[in-house]
Amino acid sequence: MSVFVWIESYAGRANPASWEALAAGKSLADKLGSDVAALVFGENARAIAAEAGGFGAENAFICEDEALSEYQLEAYTQLMTDLVKAHQPAFVLAVGSNRGRELLASSAVDTESGLIAEATELRLDRGKIIATRPAYAGKVAMEMTSNTATTFITVRGRAFQAAAKDSHASVSITEVQTDWTMQDIAVEAEPFRDAVHDVNLTDAAIIVSGGRGLANNPKKVPSDIGAADPNVWKAKDGFKHTLRPLAAVLGAAVGASRAAVDAGYIAYEHQVGQTGKIVNPDLYIACGISGAIQHQAGMRGSKIIVAINKDAAAPIFKLAHYGVVGDLYEVVPALSAALRRKLGS
Amino acid sequence: MHVLSFTRSTPDTAAKVWVDEAGEVAWGDVASVVNPWDEYALEESIVQATKSAGEATVIAIGPAIHDDALKHSIAMGITNALRIDEPKADIRDSLVWSALAAGAIKKLGNVELIIFGKESVDVATDQHTYQLARRLGWTMLSFVSDIIALDAVAGTIRVEQTLEQGKRVLSARLPSVVSVLKGINEPRYPNFLGIRKAAKAQIPVWSAADMGVEAPVAATSILAYHNPAPRVVATEIITGKDAAEKAANLAERLFEEKVL
Repeated sequence: MSVFVWIESYAGRANPASWEALAAGKSLADKLGSDVAALVFGENARAIAAEAGGFGAENAFICEDEALSEYQLEAYTQLMTDLVKAHQPAFVLAVGSNRGRELLASSAVDTESGLIAEATELRLDRGKIIATRPAYAGKVAMEMTSNTATTFITVRGRAFQAAAKDSHASVSITEVQTDWTMQDIAVEAEPFRDAVHDVNLTDAAIIVSGGRGLANNPKKVPSDIGAADPNVWKAKDGFKHTLRPLAAVLGAAVGASRAAVDAGYIAYEHQVGQTGKIVNPDLYIACGISGAIQHQAGMRGSKIIVAINKDAAAPIFKLAHYGVVGDLYEVVPALSAALRRKLGS
Repeated sequence: MHVLSFTRSTPDTAAKVWVDEAGEVAWGDVASVVNPWDEYALEESIVQATKSAGEATVIAIGPAIHDDALKHSIAMGITNALRIDEPKADIRDSLVWSALAAGAIKKLGNVELIIFGKESVDVATDQHTYQLARRLGWTMLSFVSDIIALDAVAGTIRVEQTLEQGKRVLSARLPSVVSVLKGINEPRYPNFLGIRKAAKAQIPVWSAADMGVEAPVAATSILAYHNPAPRVVATEIITGKDAAEKAANLAERLFEEKVL
């Protein structure tokens, strides 16, 4: 009745958020008096499995088959399902990334196992799993349990803390084989382009976010923008030349409100809120965001919230630990400068 | 091509949602809307069905409250709507949900493409989309930001996928299950004719027996809903003679909080 944790990897490197899932799995295994096994498939699996040992895994099942060197849903599902059927783990965990979510859901169907997604807390009550997870974009929390022999669980990024790495720990590795060939792969994937170099919102420890207030940029709009909306130009310029420098000083990700995304100020990938990303960084700096309820739902889990807004009556101030009433185009550059001095960067 | 999508009614995203004294989730008298992610799926279904001179069907699973979402779908231009209602099945469990959904697809027979919104905003998960694909044995194409080409004759699909790692192009054979992201299209507003059609529409309701499936026992169950601990925040408004002083004082506080 061990605990399995899928270690997500990309281009031969582990997704560090997987160590959080491993820590969550380890704490369940400790309570069950059993062990944790890391499942690592694809390029560099053996080295990643050794790394998983440093983060608490006692065992690892690896597959370095060439046909599976890159993530492929159907093939990885088959591997996971075979391992679950053979070893009957009590739990299978993974971080709730795009891939973690689809992989665990698919394998749960194969084994008719219960699936709990996006858990933020896990405990055992007389051997029964009790998971807390957000619903309605965090407006309410729900407690769930599962009644099947194996339960699949994806954990919310940053909800669990990874163990400190012990580079002397050893892990017992078992290699698994598959008869998948390239011909069996149903989806043909071209390489990634427009690779994202930004800090990922859901993994970010700090987020600098912008809203409709970005359109109040005092910069003069160039005459050559033609029929384009001057407010869009101003806001885009604000994201680029005012918010991004602050994010750069802090190593932060850039977020945005739905209003800013819908107005075309910034791409949808940056949206924080009920129909965007749900985030829980250590520090969330909201610039020119009024704080609509659907935005609050996406960021209320942040440890420290700072609001910078001209309008002292903006609802965001009710949620913020620190507020600055003022023009973001004056306050944010000044904050970047002050932090740069303090951080010496 | 017969294109299918699923929808459900959810509280408006602007609504305050809480757990009432009976322990149930409540949102007062705020209207229910189509799950906001589904609007992109419905629009894409209409576009793809029209392009391939086919038809678009929408299904909701659950009680009559979801007829509102189905009627909105018809008003947008979806050809057929149906609802699956099986009181004995706990559809909050995704294994149960996907078993009923797969039953409907098999009964319809000629569906080749299923388009989902990214997730359901109420339960905040997308697990049912992957589980339906797996039950049907169809190819899953998730987080799709563009359907580049759909060839009904050749039976192929090409899409752009946007993941944490960036964008890439995927090609697969039909039938497929696709989940689409916001921004893939601009969902249309229902016009007057559509709204009239929706008002008159009779929505058929299928039970598990009608589809010849037996709904599995729920693997998971919900024990309780809680209101999240209220954020008791004493907001400190940072003061200073000008922006520079306010910023310096704020930076000071952030260092004291040890979040940098």
